[in-house]
Amino acid sequence: MIRFIVSRIVQGIIVIFAVICITFGLSKMVPGGAVRNERFITEEARKAQDEYYGLNKPWIVQLGLQLKHYATLDLPESYHYKGRGVDEIIASGFPVSATVGGAALLIALAIGVPLGAYAALRPNTLEDRTSTVAATLGICTPSMVLGPLIALLFGLKLRWFNASGWFDASDWVLPALTLGIIYSAYIARLTRGSLRETLAQEFIRTARAKGASESSVVFLHAMKLASLPVLNFLGPAAAGLLTGSFIVETVFQLPGLGQFFISAATNGDHQLTIAISVFYAALIVSFNLLVDILQAALNPRIRLQA
Amino acid sequence: MSSNTGLSLSPMRAAWQRLMRQRMNAWALWFLVVLVLLCGAGPELSPYDQSQQDLELKATNPSTAHWLGTDPLGRDMLTRILHGGRVSLEVGLLATAVASIIGVLYGMTAGLAGGRMDAAMMRIVDILYAFPFINFVILLMAIVGREFWLIFVAIGAVEWLTMARVVRGQVLALKNLEFIIAARACGAGFWHIVWKHLLPNVMGPVIIYASLTVPGVMLLEAALSFLGLGIQPPDASWGVLIQEGAKAVESYPWLLIYPGIFFSTTLLALNLLGDGLRDAFDPKSMSQQ
Repeated sequence: MIRFIVSRIVQGIIVIFAVICITFGLSKMVPGGAVRNERFITEEARKAQDEYYGLNKPWIVQLGLQLKHYATLDLPESYHYKGRGVDEIIASGFPVSATVGGAALLIALAIGVPLGAYAALRPNTLEDRTSTVAATLGICTPSMVLGPLIALLFGLKLRWFNASGWFDASDWVLPALTLGIIYSAYIARLTRGSLRETLAQEFIRTARAKGASESSVVFLHAMKLASLPVLNFLGPAAAGLLTGSFIVETVFQLPGLGQFFISAATNGDHQLTIAISVFYAALIVSFNLLVDILQAALNPRIRLQA
Repeated sequence: MSSNTGLSLSPMRAAWQRLMRQRMNAWALWFLVVLVLLCGAGPELSPYDQSQQDLELKATNPSTAHWLGTDPLGRDMLTRILHGGRVSLEVGLLATAVASIIGVLYGMTAGLAGGRMDAAMMRIVDILYAFPFINFVILLMAIVGREFWLIFVAIGAVEWLTMARVVRGQVLALKNLEFIIAARACGAGFWHIVWKHLLPNVMGPVIIYASLTVPGVMLLEAALSFLGLGIQPPDASWGVLIQEGAKAVESYPWLLIYPGIFFSTTLLALNLLGDGLRDAFDPKSMSQQ
């Protein structure tokens, strides 16, 4: 177990090292830098800026400086938001993304698991077909279509919520609903498939034979195993949801991490681009590790191997 | 399993019969055939050009002249949707082809090499799974301009991981089977075995997985175009049309709804067909249902 965790942390460090190198390399393909967006600037001021950010050094030294920033956790300043560290900017964008993503995850689980379980317990009935069709439709509805329609209905027509922006305490509802509905479709499908498969296994027959009640068979015995594929899906999905879906943040104009990343990438703000990519990678690695540990806890047949 | 799949049927024909026995799969296939024909020929048959503006007309409801109405610049929506569909389908197929080629080459190399090399190559794939690829794609599109070929190469370059795993697993299972050993005993060369024996047997899973990749790739292209990083107006893909529709959703909701319906239905058909192919080629997964 400890060996497993250590080896995964080493793997995570390799991932983050590679992500720094790749985003650095991609960023250097454009003439970007600290003063690209300022038109009237003297040659000396430009040199002073380059000096300040270390842009006058050879690229290999610059890469070394980047790696040092992250190794010592002394994060650099953004090129675009002068005087603000990239960690400060992430700290301002992440709560927005995390609120929306976390709420979306809860909505997705609250709709998806009961829907999938309901369908799995009534195979090949009308209810099963209806919920399966609904889940398939949900998967095939892109967030960029559903989002504006939800904004139109609840924001512009019914006026229950703001159609866009991040002003009121309730502004997380519509974006979270958009993402939650779509992810609930995936979860419903996975739950249905894996619960049906599990219910056909022999340990379920054993549980029934020893007289366990139907609800304890389903909820205690079967759900424990059937939740494994769902968990497997939730790892990457949760990381994606929490860091903000680029699409819903654009649709609802939320000042989340996704918006910061897109503007950093298009503005040539290399420091912020690298920082947000590293942050994403770190979250993905942590969620994958968490999922693996949970899976081993739920299924004694899974042994964690380094 | 019903009895009409007799022993005389070739595996391909049997799989085809299993595929078409599900009515939904047949519908999905017909829908896609019709869609490809429409998107291929429709823009040429239409009396309008997809970028031809009619500023007097502006946005209109569907009429006999414009079957799906026009957008705020007076462009014919049906023509734009069919043209956008052509672009989206092209990106979907080309990016999937790129992903499949990379995945097959990588997976076959790992599977054939075996041992340490295989372990190292697969460990790299494990590590790549943790990459924030969407960031790389966005960065790449933001940097190098928004060229058509770059879009599908960039998407293809990030979608090959699962394909590599599928192919490697298949090669590992195949390479010690008797017919391969027999071929080797007969003096068949390495490339002959790869080309004539391994590759044809790997193609089934590759096609199945590729058909499941296409809708994901089309979603990614639409997302990039929606963010303004993919196909650039006045050229249109479904992502571009949906973005234009989303901007005008309060005044002209149908500008979002029509391309949205086309896009969702296509994704639905592709998903149904992908699942159907998987069930048809792998009767084991069928029996579980």
